[in-house]
Amino acid sequence: MARKATATKAKTQPNAPQFTGEQDLEAFREMLLIRRFEEKAGQMYGMGLIGGFCHLYIGQEAVVTGITMASEKGKDAQITGYRDHGHMLVMGLDPKGVMAELTGRQGGLSKGKGGSMHMFSNEHRFYGGNGIVGAQVSLGTGLAFASKYKGDGSVSLAYFGDGAANQGQVYESFNMAKLWKLPVVFVIENNKYAMGTSIERAAATTDFSMRGASFDIPGEQVDGMDVRMVYDAAKRAIEHARSGNGPYILEMLTYRYRGHSMSDPAKYRSKDEVTKYRQERDPIEQVRARLLEAGVITEDDLKKIETDIRAIVTEAADFATNDPEPDASELWTDITIEA
Amino acid sequence: MPQILMPALSPTMEEGKLSKWLVKVGDTVKSGDVLAEIETDKATMEVESVDEGVVREILVAEGTEGVKVNTPIALVLAEGESAGAAPVKETAPEPSEAPVVAAEKANDAAPAAAVPAAPKFEAQADPDLPEGVEMVELTVRQALNEAMAEEMRANPDIFIMGEEVAEYQGAYKVTQGLLQEFGPQRVVDTPITEHGFAGLAVGAAFAGLRPIVEFMTWNFAMQAIDQIINSAAKQLYMSGGQVTAPMVFRGPNGVASRVAAQHSQDYSAWYSHVPGLTVIAPYSAADAKGLLKAAIRSPNPVVFLENEILYGSTGLVPKVDDYVLPIGKARIARKGADVTIVSFSMGMRYATQATEKLVAAGVDVELIDLRTLRPMDSDTVIESVKKTGRLVTVEEGWPQGGIGAELAARVMEQAFDYLDAPVLRVTGKDVPMPYAANLEKLALPNVDEVIAAVNAVTYRS
Repeated sequence: MARKATATKAKTQPNAPQFTGEQDLEAFREMLLIRRFEEKAGQMYGMGLIGGFCHLYIGQEAVVTGITMASEKGKDAQITGYRDHGHMLVMGLDPKGVMAELTGRQGGLSKGKGGSMHMFSNEHRFYGGNGIVGAQVSLGTGLAFASKYKGDGSVSLAYFGDGAANQGQVYESFNMAKLWKLPVVFVIENNKYAMGTSIERAAATTDFSMRGASFDIPGEQVDGMDVRMVYDAAKRAIEHARSGNGPYILEMLTYRYRGHSMSDPAKYRSKDEVTKYRQERDPIEQVRARLLEAGVITEDDLKKIETDIRAIVTEAADFATNDPEPDASELWTDITIEA
Repeated sequence: MPQILMPALSPTMEEGKLSKWLVKVGDTVKSGDVLAEIETDKATMEVESVDEGVVREILVAEGTEGVKVNTPIALVLAEGESAGAAPVKETAPEPSEAPVVAAEKANDAAPAAAVPAAPKFEAQADPDLPEGVEMVELTVRQALNEAMAEEMRANPDIFIMGEEVAEYQGAYKVTQGLLQEFGPQRVVDTPITEHGFAGLAVGAAFAGLRPIVEFMTWNFAMQAIDQIINSAAKQLYMSGGQVTAPMVFRGPNGVASRVAAQHSQDYSAWYSHVPGLTVIAPYSAADAKGLLKAAIRSPNPVVFLENEILYGSTGLVPKVDDYVLPIGKARIARKGADVTIVSFSMGMRYATQATEKLVAAGVDVELIDLRTLRPMDSDTVIESVKKTGRLVTVEEGWPQGGIGAELAARVMEQAFDYLDAPVLRVTGKDVPMPYAANLEKLALPNVDEVIAAVNAVTYRS
């Protein structure tokens, strides 16, 4: 007789949890900032101002926004892979510093030495910005280890994709996280494609929320296009981790509209599929419609927000375009700390 | 509102074909709308609008080939904006300004700015010991154990994790007694999961702890080398100096005895290759203690290479409250004038025995123990070679790209005119470690090879 998996499988919420008008407005602003910022980054990449790899977060905005809203800013740690611009913006890092890092300028968050995939902030407890698929899962588990060691009550939020979910060190980390009851929430951003390989072609089982089952880590599959659902699940997961119950897995069903990186033409999926997500599931449009329907805000107010956000993004782009490149002497700094 | 520019879809793209327009003059577009399709030799890709407005003019007809990156291809005007009103300033810089210049520069391989000189590492001298200090005989194992225990007493953020470090008291008993003194929170037995716990420890270091990671042997750290190099070593640099990984990765390195290819390998050269890491490989008990204490206090990630065969060897360790040695300083084990021998870790055993025989035969050997491999104390070696004119290096690792190869290069660059003979390397043989006792012996360096190399460079043979 087959044994029942002991991990709890999430139940679909019959009714979407409701946001207050204020929460909807906050989510709208945050997500729109990411969207406009990423569009601008894409444009600047096209103009040759941003080099190398550049992985845009467009389409996935609700995930990091909902989770960050459910977390304690400045206390809980976050770490992700290389699709990281959105995480930093929502966590409150300066858009100018992020954009200037993308253009490799001295005012970038890593002084221009890290680039799109490597930005960090001790102050905001953002630990990257990691370029090796899956590495952030072990690192994020270590952030949780430190939290428990110090007893500071913080939770580590470790984001990774459906592609990284097939890496061995993820399961090594799951095991240790559960074994030692570490306060970590593993957020699997399942955008259906690991670069050009669909989850069906890469994963023996595609329900990633169950990937912690053999470690008895509870998991939920969440509509990652609806910021309310993300927030609601994140509240549960973070509370679980903070109260000493150990790790929790959130599989966010999400979608990226753009290619894997700027140089990916995304020919492995149909145009219809992309269009369907954009037209029917867009995380920002959902909130916009709710705000207008509930009368929280008028079309004019929305336009004002749009204008404000465009100004922030334009300012970031201008700064990132005009800020000088790092001084040549920076070549030799920050390699080791002089004892 | 801006001109729409021909975008580069990859870092190397210079031009492409504007294969298809998906909008026409008069259409209203908003952010994210697909405006056109572009073809390069590699792919067809879409150009999305970043701004909102009405397509006023198509500047490049569809089907046009060889459209240079950053050429204006269309004009989109915001509602109520007239064609004459400030066309470009608002969001998109003029084409052919900074970005294009930057791209051209890269493409033309124009001479780069002068490379600033690398800062020179200056190692400190060993501390002076008090007059008549008591010397205590310790094994290398005890010395390492004392170093960890003393540092853990001083700093509660230090913890040690690894396989069998706690309940079992250490696979090689280096962590003996630590669990009893510091408890399971600070002495953590891990599952057999090197990649995972190395990464976990690096994350803990990011968050302010001071991890000591014990690898049961460095052979198993191959599972974790990505976290050591990509996460720990590079972190400070790629964060622009913000996030550090102050921690020690330690364990036995090199050849043990009759454990064959997968368990007998010297990683000295591997880790010494990596900027951002400090690499230490002590030989004596005193150095093991003083340098491990320094490694644990270091604000940088340190790879600390021990040696299983040396764990049981004894040496005199000064009995002082806090015996800490400088990282990056070689030790002149014997002063001499005829020939310089440089080695480290287990290589020092062969080098020391060879030196004894050579001195007895009238060769005045200067023997240098590097102790730290990165930063490498070139100065001590160069000064010695300037005096002796001859250099022999000794290591257990493979010859290609080894520590000896590095020393030879440095001596050639900095003391070529002082050399009276080519630099000779005594290394492990260029083969995986065999199991058979006779073959294993052949694969390792030995005292006779060191003597033969010295004879060769002093033209005594």
